[in-house]
Amino acid sequence: MQFFLEVLIGGLLAGMLYALVALGFVLIFKASGVFNFAQGAMVFFAALTFVGLTERLPQWFGFSPEWAGLFWIALLLTAAIMVLFAWLVERFMLRKLVNQPAITLFMATIGLTYLIEGVAQGMWGAMVRGLDLGISDEPVMWLLERHNLMISKFDLVAAAVAGVLVAVLAFFFQYTKVGRALRAVADDHQAALSVGIPLQRIWVIVWAVAGFVAIVAGLVWGSRNGVQFALTFTALKALPVLILGGLTSVPGAIVGGLIIGASEKLAEVYLGPYVGGGIDSWFPYVLALVFLLIRPEGLFGEKHIDRV
Amino acid sequence: MKLKKIWLAAVAASTVWGAAAVGSAQAAEQYLGLPSYRVGPYAAGGTGVFGGWIDYMKLINERDGGVNGVKLVWQECETEYNNARGVECYERLKQRGGQRNVLFAPVSTGITFGVFERVPQDKIPLLSIGIGRSDTADGSVFPWVFPMIATYWSQASAIVGYLGQREGGMDKLKGKKIAVLYLDFAPGKEPFPVLDRLAQKWGFTTEKIAVAMPGNEQQAQWLQIRQMRPDYVILLTYGVSNPTALKTAARTGFPADRIVGWWWAGAEEDVVPAGDAAKGFVAGAFNPAGTDFPVIQDIQKHVYAKGQGDMQDPKRVGSTYYNRGVGHGIIYVEALRLAQEKFGKGQPVDGEQMRWALENLRLDEKRLEAIGAKGLMPELALSCADHEGSGRVRFQQWDGEKWVSVSDWIEPDREVVRALVEESAAAYAKEKGITPRDCSKEQ
Repeated sequence: MQFFLEVLIGGLLAGMLYALVALGFVLIFKASGVFNFAQGAMVFFAALTFVGLTERLPQWFGFSPEWAGLFWIALLLTAAIMVLFAWLVERFMLRKLVNQPAITLFMATIGLTYLIEGVAQGMWGAMVRGLDLGISDEPVMWLLERHNLMISKFDLVAAAVAGVLVAVLAFFFQYTKVGRALRAVADDHQAALSVGIPLQRIWVIVWAVAGFVAIVAGLVWGSRNGVQFALTFTALKALPVLILGGLTSVPGAIVGGLIIGASEKLAEVYLGPYVGGGIDSWFPYVLALVFLLIRPEGLFGEKHIDRV
Repeated sequence: MKLKKIWLAAVAASTVWGAAAVGSAQAAEQYLGLPSYRVGPYAAGGTGVFGGWIDYMKLINERDGGVNGVKLVWQECETEYNNARGVECYERLKQRGGQRNVLFAPVSTGITFGVFERVPQDKIPLLSIGIGRSDTADGSVFPWVFPMIATYWSQASAIVGYLGQREGGMDKLKGKKIAVLYLDFAPGKEPFPVLDRLAQKWGFTTEKIAVAMPGNEQQAQWLQIRQMRPDYVILLTYGVSNPTALKTAARTGFPADRIVGWWWAGAEEDVVPAGDAAKGFVAGAFNPAGTDFPVIQDIQKHVYAKGQGDMQDPKRVGSTYYNRGVGHGIIYVEALRLAQEKFGKGQPVDGEQMRWALENLRLDEKRLEAIGAKGLMPELALSCADHEGSGRVRFQQWDGEKWVSVSDWIEPDREVVRALVEESAAAYAKEKGITPRDCSKEQ
């Protein structure tokens, strides 16, 4: 039982990390109807830019790499770069594709993925970097001593960060003027334009917010596994979460993440040995497929009704 | 009209210049096609290995004026460690102007598999240092493939040998439990036959646990290991799955010094992102890290001091991947030298001559010392039957800042490994209808 609980809790916490990446997808889809294939690449770009800045700023301006303010300056500059990135995406990609079919926008984001990956490695090099956020990755001692459960402090903090982010984003979408405008744009580009919603500005905002989410996801995942190209693969973990939770629901990303995280770990441990192991890469997709058959819009997604 | 004339003149001039360049190239240049990977998920390894190789060739050109006066030239093609692109690069690099490629070394098991039936037709030797497949060490069946220094099978055997040394003798391995955590791709599984036979021979047990690609989440696997309570974990992972393994091991309380990785887990890029979790981790190496080797110091003096180094970050000179690249360069240049001695000094060689030289290559301690690479790689002695040439591996431990050597060169269990090589090569020959060469008649 103790082992089962350990696997389950570990899976739930890992699921929160998947949800962190899935949130970026949800944001852009919710506000623009675009399935942003480049979200994984944005996570990589954001984390690499942050680490690159922490390395280069002391060289450029001659202050100590140990200076505590460096983290915040690098974070602010990375956020500024992500805003610039959002503006460039809107100016040179989305503006040309207003009211085009969703598949066209999707294809454009595939192209964007390769561009981001190339630019990121071109700017900051191919070196794998470590990232220490100062959060301990040791087990919580009282859980270990009292219940023999090994639960990482880092995973708990990361889950809390994801939770806070979801709460903030849910509030932003539900209760702010910009949030309502974002939802209107997602429903119909032209109808939103006709009632005076500035489509271009809305797109910059939403891509910038997705950029901030990418920074948070990039820092958490980068701190866990190193800042390297493989951060782009985090998107693979987010896809089944989206299918399950629904592409348009922020809380759905969290619930989907929890279900996927827990089920993939339990499947790996209890089913894996019977089928050769290593099933946690495809099991979530099978689960998501089953969900699709029962509830195509996902657990919390909006039901799409076409009137004829 | 005027524009057209200018355009035609430019084309004519570039054609004449190009022809002259090719003409002179044929006279005193040796062309090499390099299928490098500088972008993509494994770029850290690619930039290191190919950077080290290119820097060594630059050193030979700068310091020695080439190999007996023959300047070394090369052209890169980006594979991104992708099999399809690797095969495309193989075709693209085959020829440049009038010069044919004389060696193909993709530093990727997948790409090696993709081209290894093409190389005999094109007469281009395939150099597969430290990658699969292990049975190609049997040169009688695979005359064009050279899995030099050590194959995955030799490495697996050396890892068991190292564990035996740590325990105080191979017989002490009896009853030990070893978990094998492997990335679920072809190279990750290649060592299994050797591990199985050695487990039977020495009485230890193995439990194999797969990590799905890319391996950036391993909580379930390490919880299984924790429950299993093994004496050691052999780590057969690559790329992001290396730091992830070490971090997750620390999180589940498994000591790093009880984890022994293969050489694809033993670079700085594999441990630095894991931080303190990597301290004490041991990994195999056929080219140890360090800048103390005279050849590395020569590169710094003759190449980097003149601002001509290939590495974007010169601090990476002397890193594990970089030194592995220098090792590739040494083998290439020494084979070239040997081929020239046999077929004509001061002349470029072709693929067949290169193949002969690789098969007859001998790098003893004396020669390695003369090159400035004593300790950077083991002694090599290839033959018609043995295209591996060494099989020895040493082990290094990460102390938090650098790799520290913790063993001498460890011999593989040749009886076990060679038997497997011959069995597997014979099965391949039978399947493909190949008549193995009679090596007793080869010179």
